[in-house]
Amino acid sequence: MVELVVRIANLAKSNRDVIMLEYQNIFTQVQVRGPAEMGIDNENNMSAERIGKPGFSWLAGWVGNAQLGPVYLGWTGMIGLATGMLWFNIVGLNMLAQVGWSIPEFLRQFFWLALEPPGPEWGLRMPPLNEGGWYIISSLFLLVSVSTWWLRSYLLAQQHKMGKHVAWAFAAALWLFLVLGLFRPILMGSWSEAVPYGIFPHLDWTTAFSIRYGNLYYNPFHALSIVFLYGSVLLFAMHGATILAVTRFGGDRELEQIYDRGTASERAALFWRWTMGFNATMEGIHRWAWWFAVLCPITGGIGILLTGTVVDNWFIWAQEHNFAPMYDGSYGYESYGSYEAFVGQEN
Amino acid sequence: MLPKWFTAWNKENPTNVYGPATLVGVLGGAIFVAVMVVVWGQPAATSSLQTGPRGIGMAITKFDNELGTPDPDIARVEENEPYTPDGSEALAKDIYKNVQVLGDVTEDNFNRVMAAMTEWVAPDQGCAYCHGDGDIETYGEDLLYTKVVARRMIEMTQNINEGWDGHVNANKQVGVTCMTCHRGQNVPSDIWFKIDPVNEATAGWPAVQNRVTPLSQYTSLPSNALEAYLLNYERIGVHDLESRVKNAPGDPLIQQTERTYSLMNYFANSLGKNCVLCHNTRAFYDPEQVTPQWSTASQGISMVQELNNDYLVPLIDVLPEDRLGTLHGDAPKLGCKTCHKGYQQPLQGLNVIKDWPELATTGAPVYD
Repeated sequence: MVELVVRIANLAKSNRDVIMLEYQNIFTQVQVRGPAEMGIDNENNMSAERIGKPGFSWLAGWVGNAQLGPVYLGWTGMIGLATGMLWFNIVGLNMLAQVGWSIPEFLRQFFWLALEPPGPEWGLRMPPLNEGGWYIISSLFLLVSVSTWWLRSYLLAQQHKMGKHVAWAFAAALWLFLVLGLFRPILMGSWSEAVPYGIFPHLDWTTAFSIRYGNLYYNPFHALSIVFLYGSVLLFAMHGATILAVTRFGGDRELEQIYDRGTASERAALFWRWTMGFNATMEGIHRWAWWFAVLCPITGGIGILLTGTVVDNWFIWAQEHNFAPMYDGSYGYESYGSYEAFVGQEN
Repeated sequence: MLPKWFTAWNKENPTNVYGPATLVGVLGGAIFVAVMVVVWGQPAATSSLQTGPRGIGMAITKFDNELGTPDPDIARVEENEPYTPDGSEALAKDIYKNVQVLGDVTEDNFNRVMAAMTEWVAPDQGCAYCHGDGDIETYGEDLLYTKVVARRMIEMTQNINEGWDGHVNANKQVGVTCMTCHRGQNVPSDIWFKIDPVNEATAGWPAVQNRVTPLSQYTSLPSNALEAYLLNYERIGVHDLESRVKNAPGDPLIQQTERTYSLMNYFANSLGKNCVLCHNTRAFYDPEQVTPQWSTASQGISMVQELNNDYLVPLIDVLPEDRLGTLHGDAPKLGCKTCHKGYQQPLQGLNVIKDWPELATTGAPVYD
């Protein structure tokens, strides 16, 4: 039954180890086709609620498992998707109404358009629909949507008798999301503090938020968040590269390497220990990655929550705490060169 | 075409020529580009003007070929030396009827100014643009709106040169004449009208932003920034000046900050510069960290507010409908870009006032 689908050209290369070649690629070149894998079942009746007839995709197989479906939807998935779609459509229809229901104008202005929160004059009250009411309603749907989707990730893990690491990591992202759209606006006493739903407008909000509160770069929690963001990127690259580099010794079978350390683990560990004096372990590297990832939104959320509620000007706060340096001496404007020389009117 | 033996030999001796050809091509191309850059120079070379302490990126960077091209309008400003009066000449107010401004100017200089104004503002229509098609006897009449507006604009020019000396002559004598804004056009470029609300089916803050407009500098920031700050005197500062303060109702919020950011974008585009011409961006508001240009610019804001409110907006009673805003029928208003037109100094710092003492003061002109 099982059929190997192979790109012949890649196997035709002479006098080289074909399998080794396959491992060196980002794209999987050997794909397995067989009866769809329906997954395990247990006393939780997990397979009873799977829907959709599984199919195969060559493109999906390049970068992951070629099998698509079946999917567990369940009540959490259904509510999450339905309320998410409601939010999506309320935002989209509001944008469309703002351009007078003109589809060409909607497409042209799409990156600029937004559904904005209510104005400051409304505080935490419910404004008319066209002055932010739709924003409140759509936000309520979005809140239900992400909450049920989180519950879905938790319950599915429970049914699989897995740890809840994915759910808690997702919760870290939701923490930042809820700080921005729910906790901080309530503490500030106004829904106008929330972030608009729009491509450029939410970026403008971010810039304005930083400027209004005296430069967010001097917020130490923002700094921590950046550390964990870039740190996650660095760890991901280091780990991915390390594992790919030892796949020829079986290092891609990470689980086996965790409980039965082989030459792949040894080489990877030695490589890093001899490079920088320290190495993570085959299991520990995943805890490093998980913590760096979740700490990014957790610290970021703390930083946002403190802004405007506890600290109103981060630059001044940073100077008071010897965190922002002052420049010594004069600015020396006389030696900067003149405008006339800059535009070529004198030498 | 090719000899048989050649084709046959090639068939019997298959050789991969693509590998070496690619290698030679890539290497050869790289060497060619490197030689060209060395011989002809970097095609997109830039120069920087430092605006703040070293090592913090406070600099204005421009392409050299842009810097090497002077503002083309500079060539349109002609030398026109005034006649120095000896005190015996008759004055315009004694010769002509209804001379409400420039009355203390000698006849020769008065006519010199009039002729120049024609070149600056109405080169195609000539004197008739303001004085009508009648003969010279009728030039005292105020029949056309253009003449009434022109008179007010002369008063405005005199006020700018005298009252706003600190802005227009901040670095050296530059001054302004009609040419500074008009550049040979009846109506100067880069004036602005009220355009908000820009979005339908909504009200309040969402109605004035999130739309591509020239007034928002093509951002999604509010389109009413010029109206708020250059006309209605709204407060531009958005920061708290202590690390921890209790916010009072009416304090600036994110919305005001976005609108201020829109104004600052307009500022930067009007001068063809960026934030660090005036600010150290780590603390936009800090008076100890702004550059000297910041105070020049602040005076410019006050100047524009006064000019819009005292000179331009009242013209709504005089101007015909086709000179008013198409959306709200409001009077035309000016801003930084009306004079600067993308340059840090209008006409790149050309001294335009030196030949025009008549426009340099609200009192009697001083010739030296």
